[in-house]
Amino acid sequence: MDTIAERLLHINAQAPRSVAIHLLFNHAPEQLIHYEDLVQGSSAYTLALQQAGVQPGEVVILILEHGADLLCAFFGAILNGSIPAIMPFLTEKLSPEHYRRSLISLFEITKPAAVVTYPKFKEEVSQAIIPGSSVRVTLTSNQVVTLPNSALPSFDSGLNRLPAEIVLLQHSSGTTGLQKGVALSHQAIFNQLNSYTRALKLARSDVIVSWLPLYHDMGLIAGFLLPILSGVPLVLISPFDWIRAPHMLLQAVSRYKGTLSWLPNFAFNFCAQKIRDRDLQGVDLSSWRAVSNCSEPMYWKSHQMFLERFLPYGLRPPALTTCYAMAENVFAVSQGGIQTPVIVDKISQRGLLMDHLATPAVNDNEAINMLSAGLPIDNTRIMILDEHLVELPDRHLGEIAISSDCMLTGYYNRPDLNAHAFHQGWYLTGDLGYLANGEVYVTGRKKDLIIVGGKNIYPQDLENLAGEVKGIHPGRVAAFGIPNEMTGTEDVVIIAEVDAAGINRSLDELEDLPEFERLADEIRLRVTRGSDIALRLVKLVERGWLIKTSSGKIARNANREKYLIGLKAG
Amino acid sequence: MTDEITQTISTYITTQILKQPKRSLSPDEPLISNGLVDSFSLVDLSLFIEKTYHVYIDDTELNRQTFDTLSQLVNLVKSRM
Repeated sequence: MDTIAERLLHINAQAPRSVAIHLLFNHAPEQLIHYEDLVQGSSAYTLALQQAGVQPGEVVILILEHGADLLCAFFGAILNGSIPAIMPFLTEKLSPEHYRRSLISLFEITKPAAVVTYPKFKEEVSQAIIPGSSVRVTLTSNQVVTLPNSALPSFDSGLNRLPAEIVLLQHSSGTTGLQKGVALSHQAIFNQLNSYTRALKLARSDVIVSWLPLYHDMGLIAGFLLPILSGVPLVLISPFDWIRAPHMLLQAVSRYKGTLSWLPNFAFNFCAQKIRDRDLQGVDLSSWRAVSNCSEPMYWKSHQMFLERFLPYGLRPPALTTCYAMAENVFAVSQGGIQTPVIVDKISQRGLLMDHLATPAVNDNEAINMLSAGLPIDNTRIMILDEHLVELPDRHLGEIAISSDCMLTGYYNRPDLNAHAFHQGWYLTGDLGYLANGEVYVTGRKKDLIIVGGKNIYPQDLENLAGEVKGIHPGRVAAFGIPNEMTGTEDVVIIAEVDAAGINRSLDELEDLPEFERLADEIRLRVTRGSDIALRLVKLVERGWLIKTSSGKIARNANREKYLIGLKAG
Repeated sequence: MTDEITQTISTYITTQILKQPKRSLSPDEPLISNGLVDSFSLVDLSLFIEKTYHVYIDDTELNRQTFDTLSQLVNLVKSRM
């Protein structure tokens, strides 16, 4: 089978009444979506796109909340041969002005022909369609007419796509992320799904349970396309509801006999700490065979907390698995814990920091327990490179480079980025790590990227927002993440130099200024409204506090170190 | 009693969530929409209130519509006591 459209229609032809998705919202009955419902619902979008003149190969931006409309609009675009890209929906925290700016920049780069949204959101979208925009069509969910199954439109335009052609775009969040759409071909997705299916030993008897948003690679691939295109039932929980009611995941695993889930590391801590006993009554987790920790740095401690809390509910220790993944490889690069339990590599922290070597720890005081992300999946190779891009031997720390038959086609309409992303056919991930006995260990990042709850955040986006605050010296802001073992993810910290008032004043004097509190609040407010990120810590400092590079730029890592040393000093 | 509850919850938010113990919270300051309390911390906040005052807060109530300010939150707690 050559195209995603063909695969979906094939599964539907074989088993139209099989359940594709159990869609769950809190305090609401489940919505059952059979394959024939999915195809029928999607075809309504296909028809609407066709009637609006949207062509195969053109980009369609989906601005819809998590739910049946989003699922159908996504496959509806694919059945038309168009290229869907899911934009996160406006949340109550984000300011509409910033959201509009993000949309404008997304439109500028991806040049979509159409946008699909709700009637109530049409006005918002139309304000982002500036003169000269590529957007010809704004389709609203109420314009879509569902036809009987006997009268579905032609899917030829979707079926006639070539395997090497682009089928979808994946973005990470923020201004910077929205300008970097990962373009994936039909063939790349099939190659990933086939290889990952073998790595997971995925079978029709599996049940995948996910609460992940579909604009994220883990949600879109592992928590959506993998089950749907494999004929494996999917239990899909609203991410918006899950964050307020994390027990929904455990209850769903118990009720549907879920076997596979993927969680960012923070969710292990979150579930272990934030679920009330009364919400776990009668829960049985013994069906879970793999809960894969993926998409942000993994902590051994997080697995321990999760195990301790859920052992009494039937969780089996080997069910804790690991995965290393990125949108640029469609999804998985490696998977650990399926054949044999995840290896815990006890290494010396000093060796890692000082010598860049993963050497066994001599005593427990300086040991770090590294969780292996497992062996590369069978279509993907991993190499560790030094700063001169020369391959390093086992247990040497360097940049992780990957090569596979499921790589991205490129960053969409960004030839400038594509040129730097590869070295002799190897994709340079920007992640740091080492290999030992063929298994990969991810230790950190070369790029200044912050990951909170599995979500990639570009520090420059936050710095720009904070720099807009009156009273903060423009360009004198540093944003970075610091790991927090309690929450299992990173805390976002912003350090900002106070403008005129900050000259020749000590920190203590600064703190007594009346505007001090207002400045910190204003930074929190701007950053939240502009990025949907809540800052853990805002530190205001006197002029000259931040360390700069020789070229005059703010050195994020050096400032992060300076901040951490200050914390230790008390 | 209102003052006491306000003080306790306010201290929890400034010390445990904002990590700015010197910070004062005014009763009508928007907590969620101003980015002071994020969705991770909302669950913490409700667990803290349940434990301290033995009142039940449903997960569906953890949003801006139910409470966005300290005074709204305190009223909610009081109405359940």
